Amino acid sequence: MVAINGEKVQAQGKTIGQYIEEAGYNKDRVVVEINMEIIPKDKLDTIILNEGDSVEILNFVGGG
Amino acid sequence: MEDKLILGGHEFNSRFILGSGKYNMNLIKAAVEQGGAEIITLALRRANTQESENILDFMPKGVTLLPNTSGARNADEAVRIARLSRAMGCGDFVKVEIMHDAKYLLPDNYETIKATEILAKEGFVVLPYMYPDLNVARDLQNAGAAAVMPLASPIGSNKGLTTKEFIRILIDEIDLPIIVDAGIGKPSQACEAMEMGAAAIMANTAIATAGDVPAMAGAFKKAIEAGRTAYLTGMGPVLTRGGSASDPLTGFLR
Repeated sequence: MVAINGEKVQAQGKTIGQYIEEAGYNKDRVVVEINMEIIPKDKLDTIILNEGDSVEILNFVGGG
Repeated sequence: MEDKLILGGHEFNSRFILGSGKYNMNLIKAAVEQGGAEIITLALRRANTQESENILDFMPKGVTLLPNTSGARNADEAVRIARLSRAMGCGDFVKVEIMHDAKYLLPDNYETIKATEILAKEGFVVLPYMYPDLNVARDLQNAGAAAVMPLASPIGSNKGLTTKEFIRILIDEIDLPIIVDAGIGKPSQACEAMEMGAAAIMANTAIATAGDVPAMAGAFKKAIEAGRTAYLTGMGPVLTRGGSASDPLTGFLR
Protein backbone atom coordinates (compact mmCIF):
# COMPACT_ATOMS: atom_id res chain seq x y z
CA MET A 1 0.00 0.00 0.00
CA VAL A 2 1.00 3.58 -0.66
CA ALA A 3 -0.25 6.50 1.42
CA ILE A 4 -1.51 9.18 -0.98
CA ASN A 5 -2.80 12.39 0.58
CA GLY A 6 -3.32 10.44 3.78
CA GLU A 7 -5.25 7.54 2.23
CA LYS A 8 -3.87 4.04 1.77
CA VAL A 9 -4.21 2.88 -1.85
CA GLN A 10 -2.92 0.05 -4.04
CA ALA A 11 -0.53 1.95 -6.27
CA GLN A 12 2.83 0.29 -5.72
CA GLY A 13 4.53 -0.66 -8.97
CA LYS A 14 2.98 2.18 -10.97
CA THR A 15 4.81 5.34 -11.85
CA ILE A 16 3.54 8.35 -9.97
CA GLY A 17 2.61 9.96 -13.30
CA GLN A 18 0.49 6.93 -14.21
CA TYR A 19 -1.26 7.00 -10.83
CA ILE A 20 -2.01 10.73 -11.14
CA GLU A 21 -3.62 10.29 -14.54
CA GLU A 22 -5.62 7.19 -13.61
CA ALA A 23 -6.92 8.78 -10.41
CA GLY A 24 -8.08 11.83 -12.36
CA TYR A 25 -5.79 14.58 -11.12
CA ASN A 26 -4.86 17.42 -13.48
CA LYS A 27 -1.21 16.60 -14.11
CA ASP A 28 -0.33 20.12 -15.21
CA ARG A 29 -1.71 21.65 -12.05
CA VAL A 30 -0.22 19.52 -9.29
CA VAL A 31 3.08 19.25 -7.49
CA VAL A 32 4.11 15.94 -6.01
CA GLU A 33 6.16 15.05 -2.96
CA ILE A 34 7.23 11.49 -2.18
CA ASN A 35 8.64 10.76 1.27
CA MET A 36 9.14 14.51 1.82
CA GLU A 37 11.06 14.91 -1.45
CA ILE A 38 9.76 17.15 -4.23
CA ILE A 39 9.43 15.33 -7.55
CA PRO A 40 10.30 17.48 -10.59
CA LYS A 41 7.58 17.39 -13.26
CA ASP A 42 9.86 15.68 -15.78
CA LYS A 43 10.45 12.78 -13.37
CA LEU A 44 6.78 11.94 -12.78
CA ASP A 45 6.73 9.27 -15.48
CA THR A 46 9.92 7.56 -14.37
CA ILE A 47 9.58 7.32 -10.59
CA ILE A 48 7.87 4.12 -9.47
CA LEU A 49 5.82 3.99 -6.29
CA ASN A 50 7.07 1.55 -3.68
CA GLU A 51 5.30 -0.22 -0.84
CA GLY A 52 5.11 2.13 2.16
CA ASP A 53 5.75 5.35 0.23
CA SER A 54 4.09 8.47 1.55
CA VAL A 55 2.90 10.73 -1.25
CA GLU A 56 1.43 14.22 -1.26
CA ILE A 57 -0.32 15.49 -4.40
CA LEU A 58 -0.90 19.21 -4.00
CA ASN A 59 -2.33 22.11 -5.93
CA PHE A 60 -3.01 25.80 -5.54
CA VAL A 61 -6.33 26.92 -4.10
CA GLY A 62 -7.71 30.31 -3.19
CA GLY A 63 -6.02 31.84 -0.19
CA GLY A 64 -4.94 35.07 1.45
CA MET B 1 6.18 60.90 -11.99
CA GLU B 2 6.99 57.22 -11.92
CA ASP B 3 5.89 55.56 -8.72
CA LYS B 4 6.59 51.85 -8.73
CA LEU B 5 6.33 49.29 -5.98
CA ILE B 6 9.58 47.32 -6.08
CA LEU B 7 9.73 43.88 -4.49
CA GLY B 8 12.88 41.82 -4.87
CA GLY B 9 13.84 43.70 -8.03
CA HIS B 10 10.40 43.27 -9.64
CA GLU B 11 8.42 46.43 -10.46
CA PHE B 12 4.69 46.85 -9.98
CA ASN B 13 2.37 49.72 -10.85
CA SER B 14 -0.43 48.58 -8.55
CA ARG B 15 -0.15 48.79 -4.77
CA PHE B 16 -3.09 46.48 -4.21
CA ILE B 17 -2.31 42.84 -3.43
CA LEU B 18 -5.44 40.76 -3.66
CA GLY B 19 -6.11 37.54 -1.79
CA SER B 20 -7.97 34.80 -3.66
CA GLY B 21 -9.62 32.99 -0.75
CA LYS B 22 -13.37 32.65 -0.12
CA TYR B 23 -14.44 33.52 -3.70
CA ASN B 24 -16.58 31.90 -6.27
CA MET B 25 -13.90 31.17 -8.91
CA ASN B 26 -15.71 33.15 -11.58
CA LEU B 27 -15.53 36.30 -9.48
CA ILE B 28 -11.80 36.20 -8.94
CA LYS B 29 -10.93 37.26 -12.46
CA ALA B 30 -13.37 40.15 -12.38
CA ALA B 31 -12.08 41.23 -8.95
CA VAL B 32 -8.49 41.17 -10.17
CA GLU B 33 -9.41 43.22 -13.22
CA GLN B 34 -11.57 45.76 -11.39
CA GLY B 35 -9.01 46.09 -8.61
CA GLY B 36 -6.10 46.40 -11.01
CA ALA B 37 -4.14 44.03 -8.76
CA GLU B 38 -0.88 42.71 -10.17
CA ILE B 39 -0.07 40.36 -7.30
CA ILE B 40 -2.47 37.63 -6.17
CA THR B 41 -2.01 35.35 -3.18
CA LEU B 42 -2.76 31.63 -3.27
CA ALA B 43 -2.53 28.69 -0.88
CA LEU B 44 -1.21 25.15 -1.42
CA ARG B 45 -3.42 22.25 -0.37
CA ARG B 46 -3.95 18.57 -1.08
CA ALA B 47 -5.42 18.14 -4.56
CA ASN B 48 -8.84 16.67 -5.02
CA THR B 49 -9.88 14.61 -8.04
CA GLN B 50 -13.52 15.71 -7.67
CA GLU B 51 -12.69 19.34 -8.43
CA SER B 52 -12.47 19.99 -12.14
CA GLU B 53 -11.76 23.71 -11.81
CA ASN B 54 -8.30 24.94 -10.89
CA ILE B 55 -7.69 28.44 -9.64
CA LEU B 56 -4.73 28.92 -11.99
CA ASP B 57 -7.18 28.79 -14.90
CA PHE B 58 -8.96 31.85 -13.49
CA MET B 59 -5.87 34.04 -13.08
CA PRO B 60 -5.59 36.81 -15.66
CA LYS B 61 -2.38 36.69 -17.69
CA GLY B 62 0.52 38.74 -16.40
CA VAL B 63 -0.32 38.66 -12.70
CA THR B 64 2.40 37.68 -10.27
CA LEU B 65 1.41 34.79 -8.04
CA LEU B 66 2.25 35.03 -4.37
CA PRO B 67 1.78 31.60 -2.76
CA ASN B 68 1.45 31.70 1.01
CA THR B 69 2.64 29.12 3.51
CA SER B 70 -0.68 28.90 5.35
CA GLY B 71 -1.01 25.70 7.29
CA ALA B 72 2.61 25.93 8.42
CA ARG B 73 3.02 25.82 12.20
CA ASN B 74 6.77 26.36 12.27
CA ALA B 75 9.68 27.43 10.06
CA ASP B 76 10.38 23.93 8.72
CA GLU B 77 6.81 23.49 7.51
CA ALA B 78 6.82 26.93 5.92
CA VAL B 79 10.05 26.16 4.07
CA ARG B 80 8.59 22.87 2.85
CA ILE B 81 5.41 24.56 1.55
CA ALA B 82 7.42 27.35 -0.10
CA ARG B 83 9.65 24.87 -1.94
CA LEU B 84 6.63 22.86 -3.12
CA SER B 85 4.92 26.03 -4.29
CA ARG B 86 7.98 27.07 -6.27
CA ALA B 87 8.07 23.62 -7.86
CA MET B 88 4.67 24.46 -9.39
CA GLY B 89 6.68 26.71 -11.70
CA CYS B 90 4.88 29.96 -10.95
CA GLY B 91 7.78 32.09 -9.76
CA ASP B 92 9.89 32.79 -6.70
CA PHE B 93 7.54 34.87 -4.58
CA VAL B 94 6.39 33.55 -1.22
CA LYS B 95 4.35 35.02 1.60
CA VAL B 96 5.61 33.41 4.79
CA GLU B 97 2.69 32.87 7.11
CA ILE B 98 3.21 30.78 10.24
CA MET B 99 0.59 30.36 12.92
CA HIS B 100 -0.50 27.78 15.42
CA ASP B 101 -3.56 29.35 16.93
CA ALA B 102 -6.89 28.98 15.16
CA LYS B 103 -8.71 31.54 17.30
CA TYR B 104 -6.76 34.72 16.55
CA LEU B 105 -4.59 33.46 13.65
CA LEU B 106 -1.68 35.56 14.88
CA PRO B 107 1.70 35.00 13.21
CA ASP B 108 4.62 33.44 15.05
CA ASN B 109 7.26 36.12 14.56
CA TYR B 110 10.18 33.98 15.78
CA GLU B 111 9.50 31.08 13.39
CA THR B 112 8.79 33.60 10.62
CA ILE B 113 12.27 35.10 10.97
CA LYS B 114 13.84 31.62 10.76
CA ALA B 115 11.87 30.68 7.64
CA THR B 116 12.61 34.03 6.00
CA GLU B 117 16.33 33.56 6.45
CA ILE B 118 16.33 30.09 4.88
CA LEU B 119 14.09 31.02 1.96
CA ALA B 120 15.86 34.30 1.14
CA LYS B 121 19.13 32.36 0.91
CA GLU B 122 17.44 29.99 -1.55
CA GLY B 123 16.56 32.90 -3.82
CA PHE B 124 12.91 33.39 -2.91
CA VAL B 125 11.36 36.86 -2.85
CA VAL B 126 10.16 36.59 0.73
CA LEU B 127 7.23 38.64 2.02
CA PRO B 128 6.72 37.72 5.68
CA TYR B 129 3.37 38.22 7.39
CA MET B 130 4.17 39.47 10.89
CA TYR B 131 2.90 41.06 14.06
CA PRO B 132 4.10 44.69 13.90
CA ASP B 133 7.15 44.76 16.12
CA LEU B 134 10.11 46.98 15.26
CA ASN B 135 12.79 44.54 16.43
CA VAL B 136 11.24 41.70 14.49
CA ALA B 137 10.98 43.86 11.38
CA ARG B 138 14.72 44.61 11.68
CA ASP B 139 15.47 40.90 12.06
CA LEU B 140 13.34 40.15 8.98
CA GLN B 141 15.21 42.80 7.01
CA ASN B 142 18.54 41.30 8.08
CA ALA B 143 17.23 37.85 7.17
CA GLY B 144 16.66 39.01 3.59
CA ALA B 145 12.95 39.85 3.44
CA ALA B 146 11.88 41.82 0.34
CA ALA B 147 9.18 43.60 2.36
CA VAL B 148 7.39 43.12 5.65
CA MET B 149 3.67 42.54 5.98
CA PRO B 150 2.41 43.70 9.37
CA LEU B 151 -1.16 42.87 10.31
CA ALA B 152 -3.73 45.61 10.79
CA SER B 153 -6.09 43.32 12.72
CA PRO B 154 -6.65 39.56 12.96
CA ILE B 155 -7.09 37.84 9.60
CA GLY B 156 -10.59 38.06 8.19
CA SER B 157 -11.84 40.31 11.00
CA ASN B 158 -12.51 43.42 8.86
CA LYS B 159 -11.65 45.48 11.96
CA GLY B 160 -9.24 47.88 10.31
CA LEU B 161 -6.04 49.50 11.53
CA THR B 162 -6.02 48.44 15.16
CA THR B 163 -2.20 48.29 15.16
CA LYS B 164 -1.89 51.68 13.48
CA GLU B 165 0.76 53.28 15.73
CA PHE B 166 3.01 50.23 15.50
CA ILE B 167 2.72 50.07 11.74
CA ARG B 168 3.63 53.75 11.67
CA ILE B 169 6.83 52.94 13.59
CA LEU B 170 7.74 50.32 10.96
CA ILE B 171 7.06 52.79 8.14
CA ASP B 172 9.28 55.38 9.83
CA GLU B 173 12.14 53.08 10.77
CA ILE B 174 12.38 50.19 8.32
CA ASP B 175 13.93 50.68 4.92
CA LEU B 176 11.75 48.10 3.17
CA PRO B 177 8.26 48.31 1.68
CA ILE B 178 5.68 47.98 4.47
CA ILE B 179 2.66 46.11 3.11
CA VAL B 180 -0.32 46.26 5.44
CA ASP B 181 -1.91 42.84 5.50
CA ALA B 182 -4.90 41.30 7.26
CA GLY B 183 -7.90 42.90 8.89
CA ILE B 184 -8.40 45.80 6.48
CA GLY B 185 -12.19 45.83 6.21
CA LYS B 186 -13.05 48.77 4.01
CA PRO B 187 -11.54 51.14 1.46
CA SER B 188 -11.24 54.05 3.92
CA GLN B 189 -8.94 51.94 6.11
CA ALA B 190 -6.80 51.01 3.12
CA CYS B 191 -6.63 54.69 2.20
CA GLU B 192 -5.61 55.65 5.74
CA ALA B 193 -2.76 53.13 5.76
CA MET B 194 -1.55 54.43 2.40
CA GLU B 195 -1.73 58.04 3.62
CA MET B 196 0.59 56.99 6.46
CA GLY B 197 3.14 55.77 3.93
CA ALA B 198 2.40 52.08 3.63
CA ALA B 199 3.84 50.75 0.36
CA ALA B 200 0.86 48.54 -0.47
CA ILE B 201 -2.28 46.92 0.92
CA MET B 202 -3.08 43.24 0.93
CA ALA B 203 -6.77 42.45 1.30
CA ASN B 204 -8.97 39.43 0.77
CA THR B 205 -11.98 39.04 3.07
CA ALA B 206 -13.17 42.64 2.68
CA ILE B 207 -13.50 42.08 -1.05
CA ALA B 208 -14.50 38.41 -1.12
CA THR B 209 -17.37 38.94 1.34
CA ALA B 210 -18.69 42.18 -0.19
CA GLY B 211 -22.15 42.33 -1.77
CA ASP B 212 -20.65 43.17 -5.17
CA VAL B 213 -17.18 41.67 -5.26
CA PRO B 214 -15.74 43.30 -8.42
CA ALA B 215 -17.16 46.72 -7.46
CA MET B 216 -15.57 46.48 -4.01
CA ALA B 217 -12.25 45.55 -5.62
CA GLY B 218 -12.61 48.72 -7.70
CA ALA B 219 -13.38 50.77 -4.59
CA PHE B 220 -10.21 49.48 -2.92
CA LYS B 221 -8.19 50.37 -6.00
CA LYS B 222 -9.37 53.97 -5.86
CA ALA B 223 -8.85 54.23 -2.10
CA ILE B 224 -5.31 52.87 -2.32
CA GLU B 225 -4.45 55.23 -5.17
CA ALA B 226 -5.97 58.21 -3.32
CA GLY B 227 -4.02 57.39 -0.16
CA ARG B 228 -0.80 56.98 -2.09
CA THR B 229 -1.23 60.30 -3.87
CA ALA B 230 -2.00 62.04 -0.56
CA TYR B 231 1.13 60.55 1.00
CA LEU B 232 3.35 61.60 -1.90
CA THR B 233 1.80 65.05 -2.02
CA GLY B 234 2.45 65.76 1.63
CA MET B 235 -0.54 66.48 3.82
CA GLY B 236 -1.10 69.75 5.62
CA PRO B 237 -0.46 70.13 9.36
CA VAL B 238 -2.99 69.13 12.01
CA LEU B 239 -3.63 71.95 14.49
CA THR B 240 -3.37 71.03 18.16
CA ARG B 241 -6.14 73.49 18.99
CA GLY B 242 -8.26 76.19 17.43
CA GLY B 243 -9.04 76.73 13.77
CA SER B 244 -7.46 78.41 10.79
CA ALA B 245 -9.84 80.29 8.48
CA SER B 246 -9.82 79.30 4.84
CA ASP B 247 -11.41 82.63 3.88
CA PRO B 248 -9.83 86.09 4.05
CA LEU B 249 -10.26 87.64 7.50
CA THR B 250 -10.53 91.17 6.06
CA GLY B 251 -13.02 93.04 3.87
CA PHE B 252 -16.13 91.74 5.61
CA LEU B 253 -19.50 93.24 4.68
CA ARG B 254 -20.79 95.26 7.60
